[in-house]
Amino acid sequence: MNDTIVAISTALGVGAISIVRLSGNEAIDIVNKCFKGKDLTKVESHTINYGHIYDKKEIIDEVLVSIMKAPKTYTTEDVVEINCHGGIISTKRILETMLNNGARLAEPGEFTKRAFLNGRIDLVKSEAVMDIIDSKSEEANKLALSQLSGSTSNMIKKFREKLKQLLASIEVNIDYPEYHDIEVVTIENIKTAIKSMKKDLEAVIKESKNMTLIKEGIKTVIIGRPNVGKSSILNQLLQQEKAIVTDIAGTTRDIVEGEIYLDGILLNIIDTAGIRKTEDVVEKIGVEKSLSMIDEADLVIVVLNNNEKLTSEDEELLEKTKDKNRIIVINKTDLEDKLKLESSKLKNIVRTNANTVEGIKELKEKIVELFQLEKLKTKDYNYLTNARQISLAKQAYESLEEAEQGITNNLPIDMVEIDLKETFDLLGEIIGETYSEEIIDHLFANFCVGK
Amino acid sequence: MEYEIIVVGGGHAGCEASLASARKGHKTLLITSNINNIADMPCNPSIGGPAKGIVVREIDALGGEMGRNADKGAIQTKMLNTKKGPAVQALRFQADKVTYPKEMIKTLKSTKNLEIKEGMVEQLLVKDKKVYGVELEDGIKINSKVVILTTGTYLKAVILNGSNKTPSGPHGEKESKFLSDSLRNLGFTIKRLKTGTPQRIDKNSIDYSKTQEEKGDDIPRTFSYDNIIYRQPEDQISCYLIYTTPKTHEIIKEHLNESSMYGGYVEGVGPRYCPSIEDKVVRFSDKERHQLFLEPESLYYDDIYVQGFSTSMPYEVQDLMVHSLPGLEHAKILKYGYAIEYDAIDSKQLKQSLETKLIENLYTAGQINGTSGYEEAAGQGLIAGINASLKLEGKEPLILKRNESYIGVLIDDLVTKGVKDPYRLLTSRSEYRLLLRNDNADLRLRDYGYKVGLIDEKRYKEFQVKKEHIKEITNILKETRITPKKEINEYIESIPSPALKDGISLYEFLKRPEISLENIEHFVELNYTKEEKEQVEINTKYEGYIKKANKEAQKMLDLEEKKIPEAIDYETVPNLASEARQKLSEIRPTTIGQASRISGVNPADISILMVYLRRQSK
Repeated sequence: MNDTIVAISTALGVGAISIVRLSGNEAIDIVNKCFKGKDLTKVESHTINYGHIYDKKEIIDEVLVSIMKAPKTYTTEDVVEINCHGGIISTKRILETMLNNGARLAEPGEFTKRAFLNGRIDLVKSEAVMDIIDSKSEEANKLALSQLSGSTSNMIKKFREKLKQLLASIEVNIDYPEYHDIEVVTIENIKTAIKSMKKDLEAVIKESKNMTLIKEGIKTVIIGRPNVGKSSILNQLLQQEKAIVTDIAGTTRDIVEGEIYLDGILLNIIDTAGIRKTEDVVEKIGVEKSLSMIDEADLVIVVLNNNEKLTSEDEELLEKTKDKNRIIVINKTDLEDKLKLESSKLKNIVRTNANTVEGIKELKEKIVELFQLEKLKTKDYNYLTNARQISLAKQAYESLEEAEQGITNNLPIDMVEIDLKETFDLLGEIIGETYSEEIIDHLFANFCVGK
Repeated sequence: MEYEIIVVGGGHAGCEASLASARKGHKTLLITSNINNIADMPCNPSIGGPAKGIVVREIDALGGEMGRNADKGAIQTKMLNTKKGPAVQALRFQADKVTYPKEMIKTLKSTKNLEIKEGMVEQLLVKDKKVYGVELEDGIKINSKVVILTTGTYLKAVILNGSNKTPSGPHGEKESKFLSDSLRNLGFTIKRLKTGTPQRIDKNSIDYSKTQEEKGDDIPRTFSYDNIIYRQPEDQISCYLIYTTPKTHEIIKEHLNESSMYGGYVEGVGPRYCPSIEDKVVRFSDKERHQLFLEPESLYYDDIYVQGFSTSMPYEVQDLMVHSLPGLEHAKILKYGYAIEYDAIDSKQLKQSLETKLIENLYTAGQINGTSGYEEAAGQGLIAGINASLKLEGKEPLILKRNESYIGVLIDDLVTKGVKDPYRLLTSRSEYRLLLRNDNADLRLRDYGYKVGLIDEKRYKEFQVKKEHIKEITNILKETRITPKKEINEYIESIPSPALKDGISLYEFLKRPEISLENIEHFVELNYTKEEKEQVEINTKYEGYIKKANKEAQKMLDLEEKKIPEAIDYETVPNLASEARQKLSEIRPTTIGQASRISGVNPADISILMVYLRRQSK
């Protein structure tokens, strides 16, 4: 119970402010590592401190941080609460940053459990808490398990089966080195196995992330040169005046968020400053930010002006986005067709006149088509559903990478095995099968050794 | 006659137990059915191997005898897994079956406070759930404060070959007929286990041209930190490797139902890790051949042990089998293979100290607890001897943790998980293998040995010096820097290793996978022993992995800190799952850590238990 836990303690996406809460010995240190403002390790207990949360060098959000030092806190441990803006994305990123800096995602009810275990008996009436803890952990387990679809847990089981064989083969070579005719697991065998597992696991993680994003919102970026009608398209999609739309090129300098539901699935739309070469410092920052948004986006809508010839900036944008999920919108179809595109090479083109609703329906349909939203809604999801599982899968993937690194560095096989065993355990945690004597049982069942 | 401690059985567990208690100053009696069979090696003529070899080192670090005695009896020595990492390297010696027991008996006889007596113990003297002595076959009663049972395979032992069942211990020794009944009457659960041994062949009847020679190492090796070499590498004897033939497999398949095992004559559960040759042929029918080692048992007689050929076939079938082996076509069989069944107690009825939960002052160690192997027995014997003594002295028992020793892993597994088949230590049984190495057994355990009084001042001082030297070397490496000068980079590139771009400490430099301590000594003189330098090299090179292992171990230790009161009534703990309640009541773990290792006890049960304990302490 000495590790530091973290959770988002307000309902996601509801309300203007979200709170990310940490509890544990390292709570203050962990937040301080990614906080710009006062040195939080030096501030008084029970104070609120203004500053910014950073992920590496990038600002995530402007926040107020409450520092509450042990023992006069909810859990009687050091508690830190980060009050941030209520958007899903920034709150999640703050949570992720905390996880990356050493906090562990709290189990359901864990803050209360800690409060109880640490003797805040007055806070939680004893008998009731027994029931809460009991039901919470049970529920959490059941929930996690029921959320895993049969196919995913079968896939994880298959990985573990593979790993188990590999581990048992390595073990048998260690514990029975004199048996020359037991097949020695070669580095090549292991490398191949790791590679294929990494590939599969990566696919699961990727798919899971996609699915999660679809549940929580597809990050959609609208991008294009200034004044091609990006904001108008956004507004048509949102059917509300949120972005500032004028005829003067360069008016949208801030990134504007909006949300629409398409077939019940959330689209998180981000309008960007127009991309052009500029000397204006403020605008330049906007342009750079717009470009960087492309990398993070799940869907990019590139807007081109039907009334102008393709510029080098347009071409650059098309080049930059060519590997993304992309829709090309040719706007201003009410004006003269001056744009010439090699449409044979380009897919997913929609023509709109964003001053009206012309083409907007087609655009929406295109999005539905591109993400196969119809199918997704009914598909037997082949992915990990909660953050804990995805985080475990990521860790498992990292252990595999470390094992690979170990092989590259010529480390002895039993060192490499440490990482493989970790992968095995982590995958076991995902499906609720913890390590027992599985490997030893496997070893005896499959190798013929002894006096 | 009154003794403080009686040890019943003179095998490897009994020797360590009686030596430990006598050396700790307690008047000890060792009772054995035959003095000449003390420290006998009834099965394979070797000591050590992966994990097991490390146990021998641990025994030595704690002040036990097996390591020193194996050094005296060694006829071939080998370091195994040298191509793998330091964590899994282990020593294995071929030990002379004459010298080993002879030297052990010599040591026992010359130990103060220790008496040896021949006799067959058939009853325990118990009053008010407390043992106070033993009764022999002939009715003689001997009193003591503590009894340690190390009876090996002798409880109701039955030797089997084919359909023949003969009540007998190994070598035709008398078995103990009633002691296991005595234990059963006291409330112990008795299990039936089985093991087996292969034939012994006359070494002069083997055609060695059809075998492959297996030599020992060129470097002299010792188990003991005393580092005394009794046999030089050039004087070692060899073992020989052969393989079974298709004909061997045919014979076995044809006569399968005549074996005790497949004929249905065996009740006991055999070990999974050393199946009989019948088992191997049946279970691994796709394998064309099985490996066998011909191992000399002694310099003083002609028996060759056929490792890998353990069987319970009738003698006439064994003749056919042996003669189907390459080089053994005309082999003379000196002893036939057999299976042996024996009684053991349920090790879950033991405390971590190896004292039984049912009867105070009664300890058990070795095969009676369901283990297999000389080393496993000796390790338990040593701990039982130490803890019995500590109890007499009114001190806390010595309980080695899983991250400290294989002995700790072994005992924790026994008392927490119990055994279904004879338990053998494997490196894979340890979660912290990287910490439990052959090279650092003294660093892990010598302090305990000194504290309990089995390591003398001289040895302890040598150990302190070694620790000091290790620190010194580490400091030298951390403080000495090398810079990208031309001649330095020329040397580094010649290793070959990438040239330096910036200055770097030797400590960091050593972390490069291709750099060895030898390369380091190009830059700085290190006048220290090989073992001292090796420690630093391992600690530096594997620092990341060691840290990881220590972190994992710390998690376990935190849970070990949380004690469960002895008097806890699990029936009164609300909301426990019924399986967990039943398992916890049976095993009665002493810490939350131990509780969490019990199969069938889930994380949710542990949370509930922790909450309950917290409430109780309020």
